[in-house]
Amino acid sequence: MTPVETAIGTAKTMVLNMGPQHPSTHGVLRILLELDGETVVKAIPDLGYLHTGIEKSCEDKTYSQVITLTDRMDYLNPLGNNLVYCLAVEKLLGLEVPKRAQYIRVMMVELQRISSHLVWLGTHAIDLGAMSVFLYCFREREEILKIFELFTGQRMMTSYIRIGGLALDPPAGWRQPVERFLKMMPSRVDEYETLLTENRIWIGRTKGVGYISAEDAIALSMSGPTLRAAGVAYDNRKVFPYSSYEEFNFNVPTRTESDCYARYLLRVAEMRESLKIIRQAFDKIKDEGPIKADAPGIIPPQREKMKTEMEALIYHFKIFTEGFSPPPGEAFVTIESPRGELGCFVASDGSPKPLRVHFRSPSYINLQALPKLIEGQLIADVIACIGTIDIVLGEVDR
Amino acid sequence: MTEPASKNANVVAECLRSWNSKAVAEVSEYRGETTIVVPRELLRATAEHCRQDAKLQYNFLTDATCVDRSPVEPRFELNYHLVSIPRREKVRLRVWLGGNDPVADSLVPVWPGANWLEREIFDLFGIRFSGHPDLRRILLPEDWEGYPLRRDYPVEGYRDVPNTGELFRKSSTP
Repeated sequence: MTPVETAIGTAKTMVLNMGPQHPSTHGVLRILLELDGETVVKAIPDLGYLHTGIEKSCEDKTYSQVITLTDRMDYLNPLGNNLVYCLAVEKLLGLEVPKRAQYIRVMMVELQRISSHLVWLGTHAIDLGAMSVFLYCFREREEILKIFELFTGQRMMTSYIRIGGLALDPPAGWRQPVERFLKMMPSRVDEYETLLTENRIWIGRTKGVGYISAEDAIALSMSGPTLRAAGVAYDNRKVFPYSSYEEFNFNVPTRTESDCYARYLLRVAEMRESLKIIRQAFDKIKDEGPIKADAPGIIPPQREKMKTEMEALIYHFKIFTEGFSPPPGEAFVTIESPRGELGCFVASDGSPKPLRVHFRSPSYINLQALPKLIEGQLIADVIACIGTIDIVLGEVDR
Repeated sequence: MTEPASKNANVVAECLRSWNSKAVAEVSEYRGETTIVVPRELLRATAEHCRQDAKLQYNFLTDATCVDRSPVEPRFELNYHLVSIPRREKVRLRVWLGGNDPVADSLVPVWPGANWLEREIFDLFGIRFSGHPDLRRILLPEDWEGYPLRRDYPVEGYRDVPNTGELFRKSSTP
């Protein structure tokens, strides 16, 4: 490009400020783009607009109170956040969770994965100009949110998974809506594919865009669909199984093209795999059985017992005033969230409040690779690349 | 706190010791997680060895975080969580840093992915990483006072009004 004469001198490149308020950043993300014509020369992400100090707040709460904060990080995956935190605290305590609760947990987080992928697909498509996909995706997401409301009383900030088990028993008649969803969903996924997979505009906007090699993706600590689309079959559900995932039969889809189109195909394939897992969990969940571990002093006693037994009342009072104290030590647990490896590090000093809670948020670390994806590409591809790594800014900034 | 060392802990400790007898200061096992305490001077070399060695292959840095154990000295505990994707094993490398000189070697030359993780620790704990290419605050505004995740920083902050930085203070005064 020829240098341009401006009032302050000659300039070869220009700096464009994208965000913080930009619809395709799906939150409040600012990217400083240095442009040479339409080509991105350099990109500097600037974040922190949604930083609320969740990790600091955790240090001032009892272990059970932290759960409500975890909902608010990745608001498309509240159940997964609940799960990773509870798994970490359970590991610190050495608690064994009943199988029935584990299966319900699996079913819920897989439903959550589908709903998160649906939001991703809808918004990613709308960013690239495919309006109708968004409406179809949100139609099915609504069905999942209705199931969550049935189970937990909440559509989004569920706080359903608790330390040692679950907040509530599944409600009467829960099988019917889940069964209906399982019957309906495969044909709906086909519907999205008919809209996009062979769509020439979609292919034109995503194929060959945002390439990253497997070596670079590993070196940059990327995880989740972005890493698997580069050909690395790294999925925590298979590699480090948690919550009885080893008993489930499913595949880890991988692709090798490592572009936006491959990531799209991969996430669609993941939705189908999730449906398989939900079906298996649905069959494994028994109608009767415990949903909480047997650990007095840590798990709040049943309401009925609290009203009739002295001991239960004392435990109830102690748990909700003082909390419980895990032995000193640390635990680090990772799970596969829809966005990648979600980790939780909890350190205890033997007091009822955690010494340190840290979340390894996949969005934050995957976002780090954004300059690598877009430098040298066209400015229109920036939108496709932000969409394809599937960030949730609430989790990036915490 | 004492659990017998796992098979993987023995492999890692032995491999590191045979490479450099000073690399492993302590090995501990808790709830099935292996922690290897590394002397501060040897952090980068040990991390590089963990990544390169054919027996270890810790190619993926999943997380880096800090714990402030104030008033105990050394107060800062840096934890690096490594994953070996081919071997399907995890390990935690730990470095202790004193409160009056919280400096550690940056691991960005080993894993570029350490960049933002270290910036986050710098931002919230005030630990400096020598050799880091771009050590700036990341989550907080650049003119924020103090390091919020230190234990001596009050949960509600230092002042009644939120610290919104120089820009806001100037524009809000009449």
